[in-house]
Amino acid sequence: MSERQDIIRIENVRFAYGERPILDELSLTIRRGEIIAIMGASGGGKTTLLGLIGGRLIPSAGKVFVEEQNVPSLSKSALYALRRRIGMLFQFGALFTDLSVFENVAFPYREQTDLSEDMIRTLVLMKLEAVGLRGAAQLMPSELSGGMARRVALARAITLDPSIMLYDEPFTGLDPISVGIIGRLIKRLNAALGMTSVIVTHDLNETLRLADRVVVLSAGKVYCDLSPDEIRASTDPFIRQFADGLPDGPVPFHYPANDYVGDLLAS
Amino acid sequence: MKADPIALLTSLGHAVTSRLDRLGLATRFAIAVFSVLGVVFVRFGLIIRELYFSGVRSLSIVIVSGLFVGMVLAVQGYEVLQRYGSTEALGVIVALSLVRELGPVVTALLFAGRASSAVTAEIGLMRATDQLAAMDMMAVDPLARVIAPRFLAAIFSLPLLAALFSAAGIVGAWIIGVKLIGIDDGAFWSQMQASVDVRIDIVNGVLKSVVFGVAVGLISVFEGYFAVPTAEGVSTATTRTVVTSSLAVLLLDLVLTVMMFRGLN
Repeated sequence: MSERQDIIRIENVRFAYGERPILDELSLTIRRGEIIAIMGASGGGKTTLLGLIGGRLIPSAGKVFVEEQNVPSLSKSALYALRRRIGMLFQFGALFTDLSVFENVAFPYREQTDLSEDMIRTLVLMKLEAVGLRGAAQLMPSELSGGMARRVALARAITLDPSIMLYDEPFTGLDPISVGIIGRLIKRLNAALGMTSVIVTHDLNETLRLADRVVVLSAGKVYCDLSPDEIRASTDPFIRQFADGLPDGPVPFHYPANDYVGDLLAS
Repeated sequence: MKADPIALLTSLGHAVTSRLDRLGLATRFAIAVFSVLGVVFVRFGLIIRELYFSGVRSLSIVIVSGLFVGMVLAVQGYEVLQRYGSTEALGVIVALSLVRELGPVVTALLFAGRASSAVTAEIGLMRATDQLAAMDMMAVDPLARVIAPRFLAAIFSLPLLAALFSAAGIVGAWIIGVKLIGIDDGAFWSQMQASVDVRIDIVNGVLKSVVFGVAVGLISVFEGYFAVPTAEGVSTATTRTVVTSSLAVLLLDLVLTVMMFRGLN
């Protein structure tokens, strides 16, 4: 595999929130054009990883290369130049609540380009058509269902035709139909726009249908890096607990605590 | 639990350093905001929207309050002045009180309650719902797009609102003093005109308003920007904006008054 095909390269990254270590010497390479799913227990550093790729978080050690640029060392203007080629879908969409659907999608055009009003209108309607919501252009975010809001946010994230899309829990809180719609959109957009997609998710079913590669994080490191078929066939207890949704296993059900009986009698 | 002197010292030290830490954060934030102000002037439309929300929508409360404060000043002033047989000076007393002190100070306090609290809550909720993060990821600086326009709107609106407050107050005093009590109309206005100095009284009053605008504006955007992204965090930040702004205005007023009016005459 040649270097040029690695669009994101994370090398020996450490990150901690205060005293709590999140990522520990994590290394990961993401190739151009693939859809990669990052899975792992809550609080396991998945969203942190997206923050590092987007340059919103700075690692305490290690390097994060995106398109051959070391993100933590970029100046603000260089970072903003890079971010114009990165789209991000936030967990609950993060639509601007004071702007209509149309204006939300038009926002990147108005801020980043000198396009004419006619051109912006055409482009916005095309993006909204791509997510099936051209008819909702004049609604306000408060009038949308959760699934619709997520689709509008997706349309907004792809306005500038990014080469990398970051998805933070794109399926959380959605009904099964919306999950299917978003999943199909991710796959279709990835192919149609030639993007690379990094998806942080808990939804294993949708992930296995969607991703080229599944990376499971544990204890701040990459636990395994497998194809969907390999995940399905795996007998590893940690992966099985994940795949089958077992409450207890290598990831304990109980938060670490004192001895139960001792605790109850301690009064 | 017995008081442990070391623990006491530790918590005292922690209280001091955490406050210094926040002060340092506020200073760095202020510098960052000032450094993007130029960008905002190029896109004045962003400020106009905030001027409408912070300034225009505060008009009614400011004018009505000014009217009442002026009326009260007239009643109280008349009580005292008639003891010395100089009720015609009522206009002067009222105008000077309003232009030098009450106009800038009370307007700033009203503004903190009416507009700044809303700004803090809005920015805090934008943070809590990832709107600021989304903007940042779209390579749009939230400081320039969201923070700076709201900050500038406070600086622009406060002096104008204070002027309207003082004007309404003078009208209120005129209604009570001239129309109801029966002080001579000509004396009321001419004494006021002769005694209110443009530089000493009006310019200083406006200057106070501008300083209050900087303080109140900065506090509101700072508290919103660094609000803990939860319901409780936003409500705490909103409360803190009103409390800190009010105290800052009163303290700054003392300092400015001493600098401006001490040793006059």
